Amino acid sequence: MNRRNFLLSLSAGLALAPAAGWALDNAGASRLIDTLVKDINGVIESGKGETAMFREFERIFARYSDTSYIAAYAMGVEARRASNSQKKAFSKAFQGYISRKYGRRFREFIGGRLEVTGVKKVKKWYEVDTVAYLQGQAPFKVTFLVSDRSGQDRFFNMYIEGVNLLLTERTEIGAIIDRNKGDIDKTIAQLKTLG
Amino acid sequence: MKMKMRATLPALMLIAATLVSACAKPTSEQLSEGTIADPNEQRNRAVHEFNRGVDRFAFRPAAKGYVAIVPPDMVTSFGLFAENLSMPGQAVNSVLQGNFKQAGIALSRFAINTVFGIGGLGDPASDFNVPRVDTDFGETLHVWGVGEGSYVELPFFGPSTARDTTGLVVDFFTNPLGYAKNTPVDDIDIYAEVVRRLGDRGTYSDTVDSILYESADSYAQARLIYLQNRRFDLGQTSENSEIDPFELSTEGF
Repeated sequence: MNRRNFLLSLSAGLALAPAAGWALDNAGASRLIDTLVKDINGVIESGKGETAMFREFERIFARYSDTSYIAAYAMGVEARRASNSQKKAFSKAFQGYISRKYGRRFREFIGGRLEVTGVKKVKKWYEVDTVAYLQGQAPFKVTFLVSDRSGQDRFFNMYIEGVNLLLTERTEIGAIIDRNKGDIDKTIAQLKTLG
Repeated sequence: MKMKMRATLPALMLIAATLVSACAKPTSEQLSEGTIADPNEQRNRAVHEFNRGVDRFAFRPAAKGYVAIVPPDMVTSFGLFAENLSMPGQAVNSVLQGNFKQAGIALSRFAINTVFGIGGLGDPASDFNVPRVDTDFGETLHVWGVGEGSYVELPFFGPSTARDTTGLVVDFFTNPLGYAKNTPVDDIDIYAEVVRRLGDRGTYSDTVDSILYESADSYAQARLIYLQNRRFDLGQTSENSEIDPFELSTEGF
């Protein structure tokens, strides 16, 4: 089982960048992912310090993913009792947490490539199937979910070898909230230090 | 020695398997929601802590040492060697699943890689475009209609299900190589498998560490990741399982 792959591939997902006017077809998606790999490698090869790199990844994440959906999903039912300012703070802290947690692993992506194998429409979103080829390991499947819910094409989830990344993060966030005895403010404060 | 190894190792698995009651088949709704049946969570968590200790003090350091000393290409070769030794057993499982084509592929791989791959250390079969095979008796049971049953964390082996634990035990006893008389070393398949796992632990060290040691609840993470990946491998991942992004309230985020 490719637990490693699943973490690695988030790297790709974080930066999956639906450019303006992107028509979702195989060629467009393939081009997009090629750009993504180049962008990631660009940040890695820039030789910046780790902190600066995390900021870059956070920027990429904020720009190309449906951050409000991702934060809402990750918070799960706990969101019902959260105030709007808590939700906002959580969303921001979560973005930083994700960028640090997966940004540290972008390095492993050097020399890798993602190949788009198909795009299909499911309900109101698109699933982009890809195969990831990373150095020194067997190829594995990564599926990106893209929607225009927010008015723009953004990715909102990804599956690596069947592992739903958002569901995994929601489980983790739930555990952190439990550890803080349900205190949302403490959870947010702790998220800022994790990842 | 051979009988001893074959008798003692799976004893733990058998105990775990028998402790788990009936194999209830999850409904498609449960699968789509990623529902988890874990009635023995308390015991599983205790085993998880045990496994973390084993990893922290024995397996992880050994694996790190192994991949630090042995060059990556050799680590890969030893992994392929173990995989090759499992091919006859996988061919048997393929037949039991009624998948004769896959059985043929498994046997071809075994023949090609044993002969042209220096006893299985290389993988020339892949160069000849013979696809990889990855099956087990747990999958055979799945094909026969057995549900996954309760989640189990096995000592030393880690995440599994009631059904796959049974599969593990059956595979252990039915590997044709285990009964071959002229293997160079007794139980070579077992040792090869241990070395393969050591290599995987070392190669994927950062990822495994992040799940086992950096997560707020490593038990829940390992359980979720294992079950989703296993269901995916068995082709059980139901489509359209995603919450409709247009229906989730994102107000305030």
